[in-house]
Amino acid sequence: MTLAANVVSVALILVGLTFVLGGTVGLIRLPDLFSRAHAASKCDSVGAGSILLALALQDGLTYGDLKIVLIVLLALVSAPTIAHALARAGYRTGLVAWTRPEKGRP
Amino acid sequence: MTTLLWAAAIALLLMAFACLWRADVGPTIQDRLLAVNVAGTKTLVVLVLLATIAGHDFLIDVAIVLGLLNLIITLAATRFIESGRLSSESPTALDRPLGGEGRP
Repeated sequence: MTLAANVVSVALILVGLTFVLGGTVGLIRLPDLFSRAHAASKCDSVGAGSILLALALQDGLTYGDLKIVLIVLLALVSAPTIAHALARAGYRTGLVAWTRPEKGRP
Repeated sequence: MTTLLWAAAIALLLMAFACLWRADVGPTIQDRLLAVNVAGTKTLVVLVLLATIAGHDFLIDVAIVLGLLNLIITLAATRFIESGRLSSESPTALDRPLGGEGRP
């Protein structure tokens, strides 16, 4: 039981770190507010959620694990809400989405 | 296992600092808010990692409060950016021109 829990925990931590790395690279490299919000919401929900679930599997079931599951639910609700609110604020204040410049034009 | 948890905490801190670069140079105020929010979420995960490594259970409560504050601060700031005020009741009452043309 503890071996299986450890294997699942390590796998979830690695998956979460991969998603967080992807979200960070997207937040730094992408050209637009809308695409950056898209990348960052993946980073927040899946990356943080899977790392926190892996931590809830550690050391058996305790009272603190319930709070960690609550934090996971909070992250799953808050990340899309924040991305949507920021994108709506950007759209209503007049930001224009980035498009690839056409070839042949400077 | 503890080594992996320390490595994950250090990697998350480095990525949080990388997000703060976007908060510094981001062209619009929404970019800065998004970067600070992502850095805050990574700090939350680092707090829960430290609670698991060192066995301090009170750090989980600190993480819950940090997550709630992150959500509420960002939502209030976006609403203020979007409409210039914080309350949502009667959204046309303040937009009406002062001459009273739009009154029923």
